[in-house]
Amino acid sequence: MEEKKDLQTPEVAETKKAAAAPAETPAAPEAQAKPAAAKPAVTKPAPKPELPGENEIKPRLVEPEALHDEMLRLRDEEKMDFLELITGVDWGEEGLGCVYNLWSTATGKREYVKTVTPDRENPFIPTVSDLWTIAEVYEREVLDFYGIKFLGHKDMRRIFLREDWVGYPFRKDDKPEEQNPLKMENEVLSDTTVEYNRDAEGNITETEHVVFAPEDYMVNIGPQHPSTHGVLHFRVALEGERIKKIDPKLGYIHRGIEKLNESYTYPQTLALTDRMDYLGAMQSRHALCMTIEKAANIEVSDRVQVVRTIMDELQRIDSHILFFSCLCQDMGATTAFLYGFRDREKVLDIFEETCGGRLIINYNMIGGLAADIHPNFQKRVKEFIPYMRKNIKEYYDIFINNVIARNRLIGVGNLTLEQVVSGGCTGPSGRASGWHNDVRKRQPYAAYDRVDFKEIVRTEGDSYARLLCRMDEIEQSLCIIEQLIDNIPEGPFQTKTKPIIKVPAGKYYSCVEGSRGEFGVYLESTGDKSPYRLHYRSTGLPLVWIMDAACRGELIADMMAINGTLDYVVPDIDR
Amino acid sequence: MKLKRPKIKSIPYEEFNDNETYEKLVKELNENGVNVIVKKLDDLFDWGRSNSLWPLTFATSCCGIEFMAVCAARYDIARFGFEVTRNSPRQADVILVNGTITNKMAPVLKRLYDQMADPKYVVAIGGCAIAGGPFTKSYHVVKGVDKIIPVDVYVPGCPPRPESFLYGMMQLQRIVKAENFFGTTNRKEKDPQTLSESLESIKEVVEKQQEA
Amino acid sequence: MFNLQSWTSAIHAWMLGMMPEWAAILIECVVVALLIITLYAVFAIVLIYMERKVCAFFQCRLGPNRVGKWGLLQVFSDVFKMLQKEIINMRKSDMFLHDLAPFLVVTASMLTFACLPWNKGGHIIDFNVGLFFMVAVSSIGVVGILLAGLGSNSKYPMIGSMRAGAQLISYEISIGITMLTVVALSGTMQISEIVQQQADNGWNIVRGHVPAVIAFLIYLIAGNAECNRGPFDLPEGESELTAGYHTEYSGMHFGFFYLAEYLNLFIAAGIATTLFLGGWAPLHIAGLDGFNGVMDAIPGAVWFIGKTFFVIFLLMWERWTFPRLRIDHILSLEWKYLMPISLLNLLLMALVVVFGLGINV
Repeated sequence: MEEKKDLQTPEVAETKKAAAAPAETPAAPEAQAKPAAAKPAVTKPAPKPELPGENEIKPRLVEPEALHDEMLRLRDEEKMDFLELITGVDWGEEGLGCVYNLWSTATGKREYVKTVTPDRENPFIPTVSDLWTIAEVYEREVLDFYGIKFLGHKDMRRIFLREDWVGYPFRKDDKPEEQNPLKMENEVLSDTTVEYNRDAEGNITETEHVVFAPEDYMVNIGPQHPSTHGVLHFRVALEGERIKKIDPKLGYIHRGIEKLNESYTYPQTLALTDRMDYLGAMQSRHALCMTIEKAANIEVSDRVQVVRTIMDELQRIDSHILFFSCLCQDMGATTAFLYGFRDREKVLDIFEETCGGRLIINYNMIGGLAADIHPNFQKRVKEFIPYMRKNIKEYYDIFINNVIARNRLIGVGNLTLEQVVSGGCTGPSGRASGWHNDVRKRQPYAAYDRVDFKEIVRTEGDSYARLLCRMDEIEQSLCIIEQLIDNIPEGPFQTKTKPIIKVPAGKYYSCVEGSRGEFGVYLESTGDKSPYRLHYRSTGLPLVWIMDAACRGELIADMMAINGTLDYVVPDIDR
Repeated sequence: MKLKRPKIKSIPYEEFNDNETYEKLVKELNENGVNVIVKKLDDLFDWGRSNSLWPLTFATSCCGIEFMAVCAARYDIARFGFEVTRNSPRQADVILVNGTITNKMAPVLKRLYDQMADPKYVVAIGGCAIAGGPFTKSYHVVKGVDKIIPVDVYVPGCPPRPESFLYGMMQLQRIVKAENFFGTTNRKEKDPQTLSESLESIKEVVEKQQEA
Repeated sequence: MFNLQSWTSAIHAWMLGMMPEWAAILIECVVVALLIITLYAVFAIVLIYMERKVCAFFQCRLGPNRVGKWGLLQVFSDVFKMLQKEIINMRKSDMFLHDLAPFLVVTASMLTFACLPWNKGGHIIDFNVGLFFMVAVSSIGVVGILLAGLGSNSKYPMIGSMRAGAQLISYEISIGITMLTVVALSGTMQISEIVQQQADNGWNIVRGHVPAVIAFLIYLIAGNAECNRGPFDLPEGESELTAGYHTEYSGMHFGFFYLAEYLNLFIAAGIATTLFLGGWAPLHIAGLDGFNGVMDAIPGAVWFIGKTFFVIFLLMWERWTFPRLRIDHILSLEWKYLMPISLLNLLLMALVVVFGLGINV
């Protein structure tokens, strides 16, 4: 496995350069011509070669009736074991539909499938939730925002919005604010779900399923709870202190970012990514910038690529330290929590000096960075690396090697490789179960193809493995930064772009390795100055969804350890 | 009557922003005047209250992480005595609304506020809590928590720096120091459960059951 | 050596000269009760301040430093606030049980508090089965916690109090057995007598050497668990149960739980001092008469409080270092390790006593 990857890496890098090379020619003259005139559109409308972006995807259209069989074939015959994303889209006249992103872990091949149903009143699409468990939540998300009902899905309740919400807000013709004034009465949560099926005559039948029976002892963890790391709501059925079932309710911080993006211009959309996964702010913004740059063929200088890589890794260290702190806090080791924060402040200092922000950084821009690195940047980072290496030993002393912590984490919340892959749990949480899913290795971007680092993979799959995985990743991140920090090439920190950035019509997908998994951006453009549909692959959503599988049969105290080690950020889930 | 100027340690009165609003508030609170002895007792209680504002651990998004940073070693909110964060709203004195409040969260926030014991204070932290912040155009975001619960102090920023958290908390201390416990009422809102009301609600339930 | 016995009897005699005996005793009782309550409050305040400062220093912070010099007045402001905070009555809770619970908890810890030997002749409750009485009254606290969970009509407190019940009752066994170990060594259950022996013959932890040290360690662990303090703070288990059995309490009702938590810490440390570290007995080293003379000049109460705070510091150190245990780990620690070890240890102590192997300093 490992060898194969190493072989792959240079190939991918070469093809990438080859793809980028022709793009230079059209981009360069424009960039030179622009600064003189404030209205370039008037003076120079001529050259529009409209090269396809290198990340453009061309989903294959599959009729809804044939969808399930086709997906089954793809999964079993073509080994497409990882369902990356389901994006619901409203194509207006064409109807409502979904785009499925599939990625094969074995071969590294990607496949995109699209399905459309013209019926806007009662759209039905067969489910794929029996093939990939992650589809359960993705399909509920599509139902919530587009009203597409999935035939054969066991649980067709809304997931983000209130159960009494009227309309489907992401449809282009929906007016959510008019239909849904602010309701101050408490939401009534139903204990039953509906399953839709099509019988032999083609009629839709409804079957009712029970989520919680009246005799279940149910405890609400959340929405306001110290250890859900934000506003997340788990309805937990208990048997004594053992967990029988978990039903996550999301959307308490659903801010409609994707809908907002449809009315924003491309540079404006950047502002919101930092506020989703605030512990992966650099990376998610990097992903969005990269998607737009590749789609619009904007060349980015080498300096920018290297600085972005360093910043991504600093952000990863920041996030993993916070992960450690919060886990300690959840498990009652308050002192370790403060040790983590002490070191995190050092990373924030570096960010603050260069970017001006501590948490919401707003550093990456389309075509480059908001500002060049601070003169002190390299010195600070070089001071930080040995400091962090020294302090990480303290983490081991105070918490990780502590006998109580080991007892509480080892063997708790086991996730098998199959569960993780089917559940789409990328990032360290998936790698702790033996899944090689590091985007930095599998599809190198920015400067990752020129640094040497290990992909941390463990096989135990328990909470302790997830903790160690992240601790080792801090080590690897330091290693990457060390290799790059002295080799930041000279060059502009910002490529000149057009004043109004327009992405050629098409569908695009790019992903980066975020702090807690693969963060992807699906962009659909009609050639306008704002996106037609911008969908993010949330890193946390699969992690929340796997909670049920990981927690069943464990004690309620273990639930805190498990959701601590899975490490999700709620605003990123709800978006 | 000369206005009382509460002392906040190591920060002169003039250095606070927006003293006019504060003085207006103090004037309103002392409109009717109070007895000397009662006022002295009030001062004692206000001193106690203002130095022991236990926050509820409530965070919806980014600002929550900054709040954690405020509690941590470098900024150390414990210096003010505010480090006793309570997880149960019953025991908390101040709710720091850290982050965006969405339509789905609004009833929950209101409920949390109702669950808190008087005297209680609200600090709206960050642009989202003040007015919806960058999400103000969204269909699912409450444009300011003051539409749901009464806010005492607004701390702007996205997210505010830890220093502004502390400044906001000191402003809240000043407000608390101007309040009267004996002189005026302890509650800002009507008691949700007066005796007559609860009797009525019981009656309603009984009637419903009889009908059924 | 100060002996409070002579003072108290002098006061008693003086009062008898002015009034009948019943009146004298009544007045004395009231005075003593007031004294205990005051001491109780004072120690709680000192302990809370100490905890906040100690934990701050463990965590590379400063701790309270803005209210009064070095934040000395911090806890007083907390008390003033707590006193006038609203007490919430919930519509569907069992009003009577709910309101009764905090008082039971405080009563239990006050009664235990009264058993501590402050000085030579400075006992408040002292009779021939003093230790037995102490164990008995301290376990009333469990009832209070169970009622708190039951009366709140809420699920977090319910789970928290059930945990507390299981935990406290289990650890009471270890505590009982380690106390028996000391009783075997001293041959008496009277607290004043136990301390007096230690003053005469050397501290129990030295006298009883190996079994006494084992018993001391077990007592520290079990005592910490009895106080519901980290790493045994599951009944409150902040991360999963918000605030455990006192989730629904506000104002001074919560304040009572808060007080009792800290005082229980003091009591656990105080009992450890009494049983193993010589109570009010000063530190004596055989052969160094000059040194012993200096030590004797320090009042017994200072010795007692000093030693107790030393033990408290150890417990705080433990609390702020370890993560929280899980309920099944806690119970298996008690039933599989601590109890068998302490039973064997009791046997060992019996052998030591029977064969006269103890050390007399």
